Amino acid sequence: MSRGRTAIHRFEVRPTDASGDPRAAALVREARALGFPLAAARSSRVYLLEAELSAAQRERLRTALLASPVLERSTEGAGPVAPGEQVIEVHPLPGVMDPVALTVESAVAELLPGVRVRASTGWRYDLRFEGEADPGALARRLLYNPAIEQARTEPWAPDRFPAPPPAEQTVRSVPLRELSDDELVRLSRSGHLFLSLAEMRAIRDEYRRLGREPTDIELETLAQTWSEHCVHKTLKSTVTYREAAGSAGAGHARVVWEGRPGVTVNADGSVTISNLLKSTVAAATHELIAEGVDWALSVFKDNSGVVRFDDRTAVNVKVETHNRPSAIEPYGGAATGVGGCIRDVMGTGLGAKPIANTDVFCVATPGLADVPAGCLPPARILARVIDGVRDYGNRMGIPTVNGAVHFDDRYVGNPLVFCGCIGVLPADKVFGAARSGDRIVALGGRTGRDGIHGATFSSAELTGTHADEFAHAVQIGNAIEEKRLLDALLRAREAEGGPLFSAVTDCGAGGFSSAIGEMGSALGAEVHLDRAPLKYAGLRYDEIWISESQERMILAVPEHHLGALRRICAEEGVEAADLGVFGTPGAEITLNFQGREVGRLSASFLHDGIPMPAREAVWAPRAAAVQAPPRGARPDLGARLLGLLAHPTIASKRWIVRQYDHEVQGQTVLKPLVGPEGSGPGDAAVLTPVPGSRRGLAVGCGLQTAVGDPALGGDPYRMAIAAVDECVRNLVCVGADPRRIAILDNFCWPGCDNPSNMGALVRACLGCYDAAKLYRTPFVSGKDSLHNQFRTQDGRLIEIPPTLLITGIGIVPDVAKCVTMDAKHPGNVLVLVHPAAEGEDDPLIDAGGGRVLRGGPREPAGGPGAAKAVADLIARGVVASAHDCSEGGPLVALAEMLIASPGFGADLVWPETEESDDGSPRAAEREWFGEAVGGYVLEVPEARVREVSKAIVGLSFVRLGTLNTSGVLRVHGPGPASAAVPLADLRRAFFGTLDW
Amino acid sequence: MKPRALVIRTAGTNCDAEMVRAFDLAGASCDLLHVDRVIAEPSIIERFDLLGFPGGFSYGDDVASGRVFALRLRERLYPALRSAAERGVCMIGACNGFQVLTQVGLLPGRPTGQWPDAAPTPETALAENAGARFIDRWCRVSADPQSRCVWTRGLPSWGSSHPALMMLPIANGEGRFVAATGVLDRLRESGQVALRYVGSDNPNGSEDGVAGICDPTGRIFGLMPHPERYLAWTLHPFWTALPEHIRRGEAGETPGLRMFRNAVEAAAGTGASVRG
Repeated sequence: MSRGRTAIHRFEVRPTDASGDPRAAALVREARALGFPLAAARSSRVYLLEAELSAAQRERLRTALLASPVLERSTEGAGPVAPGEQVIEVHPLPGVMDPVALTVESAVAELLPGVRVRASTGWRYDLRFEGEADPGALARRLLYNPAIEQARTEPWAPDRFPAPPPAEQTVRSVPLRELSDDELVRLSRSGHLFLSLAEMRAIRDEYRRLGREPTDIELETLAQTWSEHCVHKTLKSTVTYREAAGSAGAGHARVVWEGRPGVTVNADGSVTISNLLKSTVAAATHELIAEGVDWALSVFKDNSGVVRFDDRTAVNVKVETHNRPSAIEPYGGAATGVGGCIRDVMGTGLGAKPIANTDVFCVATPGLADVPAGCLPPARILARVIDGVRDYGNRMGIPTVNGAVHFDDRYVGNPLVFCGCIGVLPADKVFGAARSGDRIVALGGRTGRDGIHGATFSSAELTGTHADEFAHAVQIGNAIEEKRLLDALLRAREAEGGPLFSAVTDCGAGGFSSAIGEMGSALGAEVHLDRAPLKYAGLRYDEIWISESQERMILAVPEHHLGALRRICAEEGVEAADLGVFGTPGAEITLNFQGREVGRLSASFLHDGIPMPAREAVWAPRAAAVQAPPRGARPDLGARLLGLLAHPTIASKRWIVRQYDHEVQGQTVLKPLVGPEGSGPGDAAVLTPVPGSRRGLAVGCGLQTAVGDPALGGDPYRMAIAAVDECVRNLVCVGADPRRIAILDNFCWPGCDNPSNMGALVRACLGCYDAAKLYRTPFVSGKDSLHNQFRTQDGRLIEIPPTLLITGIGIVPDVAKCVTMDAKHPGNVLVLVHPAAEGEDDPLIDAGGGRVLRGGPREPAGGPGAAKAVADLIARGVVASAHDCSEGGPLVALAEMLIASPGFGADLVWPETEESDDGSPRAAEREWFGEAVGGYVLEVPEARVREVSKAIVGLSFVRLGTLNTSGVLRVHGPGPASAAVPLADLRRAFFGTLDW
Repeated sequence: MKPRALVIRTAGTNCDAEMVRAFDLAGASCDLLHVDRVIAEPSIIERFDLLGFPGGFSYGDDVASGRVFALRLRERLYPALRSAAERGVCMIGACNGFQVLTQVGLLPGRPTGQWPDAAPTPETALAENAGARFIDRWCRVSADPQSRCVWTRGLPSWGSSHPALMMLPIANGEGRFVAATGVLDRLRESGQVALRYVGSDNPNGSEDGVAGICDPTGRIFGLMPHPERYLAWTLHPFWTALPEHIRRGEAGETPGLRMFRNAVEAAAGTGASVRG
């Protein structure tokens, strides 16, 4: 075969006029909404095939593979550009994952045996503008992201594909032993190591001791392994915490320090906490286990937390964030966040099957006018993050069942993307461990240059230039590769005679270096990097070692199982590569490339050599910055309610939820949208993980950022308790047993070098400990993402508000007893149940957009009692519907229950308002909109109201009114404390904001 | 003996487990095989009375939904599939499976009922949703009482007891039914339009509200909704608001399960004769 004759053949495929072009129509719609005078557009898929192809073969490819005879028209070559039209053509940058191209290559091989082909794909847009327009600006806003793609203004018909530059394979050592402190700091930054001076010094001292310089790969490995992302050094640090004297503001909890694990109270009033995480979040779990919580099977050790589901089955759960990549490339960042979390679940014990995903986003408001340079517009981030979650989760066949979106403009440079995954595994396969002599087998995708430095990059503060500097940290996922990997993994687990592997883990941040380093931490490992399958030739050995290419896992495989594993992999179309062996003398990690040793690391220095920093934390609570405005300035009750329903954080997320497949696998018995029209926001989803069994698993979350927001004078301690409480209430509202709820923490924090932010972190951790003990909900896993702050080009620092997501899974003993939040029967009574308030009321705080925060009861002790009482009532079948009171308070919760059931209305009276002599709007807003901790709205038949009031011992019980079919929400009260709002208006407000 | 069903999966298939479960619950004995296994031994199809093509994103739905899976079936398995069709084997393609069956040419089939030597040129297709977006939701559907479809027998009367029961979930980005010129009229006349969305519940903008069609024998059935996701009342989208007797299961089996039962009974009774 003469290489010279190979050409790149270009094909264009576009919809016929008759079949329509929804993609182009959507583009026109979106472009016009942004003010571009786009009159018309057409879209075409572009295929570039580098191969030797006869005319007949090209014809066959066009008609059999590339175009549908019913829907599409295909042409060869670059179609002409019509007069008056402009072309934008978008292709992936060289080296960026192009899943469609991979599929085309294998399909061509099937169709034309013997033909070798390299493929690349793109999109062509033919645009017609009305008058002057800048197609480049339109392209940047809507059509491509320069971090991963390039756009051209004419059809691209290259002679050959650009090849990645070949790498020089000499072993490089990095002179380190003689560097000064300043030089160490410079090296850390210029080499993208992001290590502190103390850490750089520890490495320098180690190599002085060894009497040699480190090789580049050794230094990279240390940087990856010691990254914040991998070792959580801030949360594990020893912290000295002090409170500014006399500054305990209203609404701040007074923390008792004596008797807490890991805490020393110092003579000067400060306290020292050794290993913050271990002394709070983890301590709560271990104490609960010691006190008899025997169903938490594997906590904090594996890639996810595992709890018992029934006698034979366990469920596991993990929530990750993928914030930095999503800021730069939201689609790929979110998709690979989902993919990575799924692999965490797959890579737990001896392999688990993912059964559900969750997604929570914190983003700036879509209409934000002042977007700093270097940040993508918030609407674009949100839309593309949703696309990424959708495309990965749906393709994997995992239902996305629960989520939330929280809006705050301080997320403009640091959007938060939380991806959760829940799996199921046999109870006897919860633990795995590599054994000496096991082969190191890499399964799944090939290794490329994508995603290099993701782990260290996540430790850096973002700036306006990061998008350029770290484009190589961006990855694009290929969900089908991961689905094949899952199919193979589960078959290998279920092999006759037992699993074919003794341990499994995923390749996440740090790639092979983290995965093999962790699995071999006690045994050591001998790794041959040249045996890794590569996407393209020319990768350096250190690139192979730290690449974060997606869809790869590492298995520890006993030698005698290698053949059987290879057979399964071949049948499922999964590549398996034997990279070496676990177990070396001295438990060292030795790295080899083409017969040469390129690195040698002692596992003990790698894992225990990191100097743990001591952290300073200060808590100087600010008084509530924004008090409620004076009375009289308030709009009336009805207008307030409509404003709250339209608040982006409260408004319906239906347009997002509908894009996710939330019922693939056929076991989602409570879906995220409930009620006869699917318009009600369910409190939590419920799945039946074991086919044929009525035992269920509820999935929910709690996020109470405003309660701890420093800008509002909030207290992160109370925020943590409020978030756990909200999570528990969401689960209880659908029928979960509050005694069987496991939770996870995800901290996303601004820079913790700032002692105030560290002080906030300490308080949140303490809140987690107290809440977990109070509610008896063990934390089983968690993750943190720190340094979420953005430095604008003019030097302004934008810190995110301290954010703590609590995710929960709870056992539902019998799904037939589940309830939902949609109003059920006219005549039924609506009651509010919440822990009795003790002591003085919290101050009212205006949280923006009409939200009123009432931080919660001073003593949160009533929360677990309320959860248990409501759960018992639901189990007894007394409750027709239940809904938690969160953002917006009781009246918003009630309005949502009506919105979920078309045709309903309600007559409501707040007893205290009725009795109050002045009927002041402030009293009404406190009662109707106050976001108290612990509130449930229940719908109960009149005949059983007494039963409810008797069961609610020690709790506050308020009869709010009755359901009817008037189609109007009526609040009876004096003057401004009354309202009559038609259901149609409620729906318009609730759906109008975000129904894009 | 129980009728035997085969569900064929490939890379990216993800609704296979629930389709297997549907066949099992409906009284068949169901196997699940990777398409490569079937390509290696096409005669394996002769052992089965029913075939299922499940939903998912076969080969990532790269190039187009179901395109590459359909290409492989056309190239490598058409003779075996044709002989199964001639044998009267009941086949179902749900969602991605429907997209595959239309592109293989097994749907809508030739008016004569005869299968050509080479895979027929597709006459219908599932195009990108009118809203250019993936949609997951439940839709009210009605089975055409004039249809000859075996799978939807008895279903037209379902809605009469409680209209909300006759719903099915869709979850797709390319579910807009499109037919080549003149084909839809032919299908309507020959009773091959089996299932339609009701009223405004036509979320992908299908021509004539078509949700599912069958071949001229009524035994090969393709639909965009997922009947295998509606095997129990607790999977109905608002079962918690349904009358108590339905929640207790006293209303009989769900429409989703009924579809599979229809086909399994057809296979057990008059149905396909298994060779060898």
